[in-house]
Amino acid sequence: MAHKHETPSVEESYDFSPELKRKLVIGGVIGVALVAIGVFLINMGWWGPDGFAGGAHEAHGAVDAHGAAEAAHGAGEHAAEGHHEATLMNRIVGNLWMNSIYFLGLSVIGVFFISYNYVAKAGWYTSFKRVPEALPAFLIVPAAVILILFAIPGSRHIIMHWTHEGIMDPLSNNYDAIIAGKSWWLNVPFYVFRLVSYFVVWWYLWKQIRKYSLLEDVSGSLEDYNKSRLYAKFFLIFFAVTSSTAAWDLSMAVDAHWFSTMFGWYHLSSWHVSGLAAIMLIIITLKDQGYLKGVNDSAIQDLGKLIFGFSIFWTYVWFSQFFLIFYAHLPEETIYFRERLHGYEGRYLAPFYISLVLNFVFPLLILMARGSKRNYTFLKLACWAILIGHWFDFYQMLMPAIAKNQGGIGLIEVGITTVFACSFIYVIYSQLSKANMYAKNHPFLEESLHHDI
Amino acid sequence: MASKKFILGVYEDDEDVLNAVSDVREKGIKIHEVYSPFAIHGLDTALGYPRARMGVPAFLFGITGTSLAFLLTFWTMGWDWPMIVGGKNFVPFPTNIPIVFELTVLLAAYGMSFVFFGMEGLYPGSKPVIFDERITDDKFVMAIDLDKSGASEEDIKNALEASGASEVNVKEI
Repeated sequence: MAHKHETPSVEESYDFSPELKRKLVIGGVIGVALVAIGVFLINMGWWGPDGFAGGAHEAHGAVDAHGAAEAAHGAGEHAAEGHHEATLMNRIVGNLWMNSIYFLGLSVIGVFFISYNYVAKAGWYTSFKRVPEALPAFLIVPAAVILILFAIPGSRHIIMHWTHEGIMDPLSNNYDAIIAGKSWWLNVPFYVFRLVSYFVVWWYLWKQIRKYSLLEDVSGSLEDYNKSRLYAKFFLIFFAVTSSTAAWDLSMAVDAHWFSTMFGWYHLSSWHVSGLAAIMLIIITLKDQGYLKGVNDSAIQDLGKLIFGFSIFWTYVWFSQFFLIFYAHLPEETIYFRERLHGYEGRYLAPFYISLVLNFVFPLLILMARGSKRNYTFLKLACWAILIGHWFDFYQMLMPAIAKNQGGIGLIEVGITTVFACSFIYVIYSQLSKANMYAKNHPFLEESLHHDI
Repeated sequence: MASKKFILGVYEDDEDVLNAVSDVREKGIKIHEVYSPFAIHGLDTALGYPRARMGVPAFLFGITGTSLAFLLTFWTMGWDWPMIVGGKNFVPFPTNIPIVFELTVLLAAYGMSFVFFGMEGLYPGSKPVIFDERITDDKFVMAIDLDKSGASEEDIKNALEASGASEVNVKEI
């Protein structure tokens, strides 16, 4: 009964208050301080296993795991990682890398979400379209961190085992036949080229979509909508390939021996569901502050359905990847799960299962009922569970390979994540304040304001 | 069998029938059913129907499927003819998950379909009542059961006409 609805005003601008700005900056400073305290405590041996001299009194777990790795990879392969013991530096670098990938995902999912809705000519999301549209503004930060970490030889060697000298050279002591066989893909120039092109093209296509979306606000012309839609098509085509290859390059390449054909989906589903949860949380926060009144409960419920569905999709891919290796007798691939479940004194076992509980069991039970997809308390609970859960997901994807026996959850992890989160919120909110909160001349806005399911 | 008397209001437009439903219900007349060639958005809300509880049969049939699948896999692989596959234990848990998942979905889907068909009277031998053949084409019909409506025939006819019905018919079944 569309005619009985009230239409809210579509003129609304977000006021990014100086107080919130100050709070976010303070949050960032606290994050840095937490990292410093964490490093200090561990270095003094007061809290945590090892200091910078971790190599000298190494944990036995690492030796065991290497033994297992060698046995699994067969005699022909040289366990080159044995020469480079993990130190506290591994943990810090690993955290930076991991958080960059996590927040890169949150950012790029914004433009992904916009793009598939443009291409599907969907109308329901238009009322909150500016929120996902603002997310990719942060893309530049994790992209820079990733490139810098890779550019510095010290951190590059920590993260990417395959960048070590001589690993592709049959005459070298470091020679690793399996990694050398992948040299056509894993070589530094091509790798850097790929990373840069992902970031540049994602950024450029988002900028175009955004530009025409803002022009549409002024001109009200359908041509601008069509332009945005055209760039959304380009983005989807490009992202179809690069979401997978980015997953290999950013996350799978840290375990250069290991290979999974499902990893691209697994990684994308993890990014996607956490991106959706972030969009939902931002919308609910804005609504709590009195913005976005035009986003009705039906739109919220639809977004909730997507979160519910994709948290199950994530589990499906997560389990399928495990199950293929478990079921199809791929012993050379089981090392990946062995490291996570029992390797390094079992320190990655908890994150492995926490991720499953927070990302599957919790959202499944909370978001199943129709009413709870319309209840902001339940939605907040589920979205926080998903955001934290996928943080753990990326943690267990990357840290066993980077931090090895130095991994753990402590002040360093909390601190670095806080810094990233505060700068993320800062960038998103300042981006939101730059445009009208509704895409006011979007052809489907009317439909979205009256969305009813 | 005593025949039942239905009073039918025929409407030309989906928007008309939607507004008519609220008008008629406001007068305290109970509506038997509204027939339409296509689904009308908001009609079930206007008619005051409670939300369908298809979740209940879905859960019951689903849990039956889950149990059956566990029984099947444990019995066949664990007791009846135990086999070691790929050096794993008898009936390792992850092996069961796809079968359990599939049977849960299968039984839940079929169960819900049959419950739906049963409740809507769509089964062999059922005798559906077609109040007006035009509801399969371009007309919208509001049917009111005289005995259950809680109003007199005259009042119903007046209410239907006042709510914008293009014609008011009486049908005895």
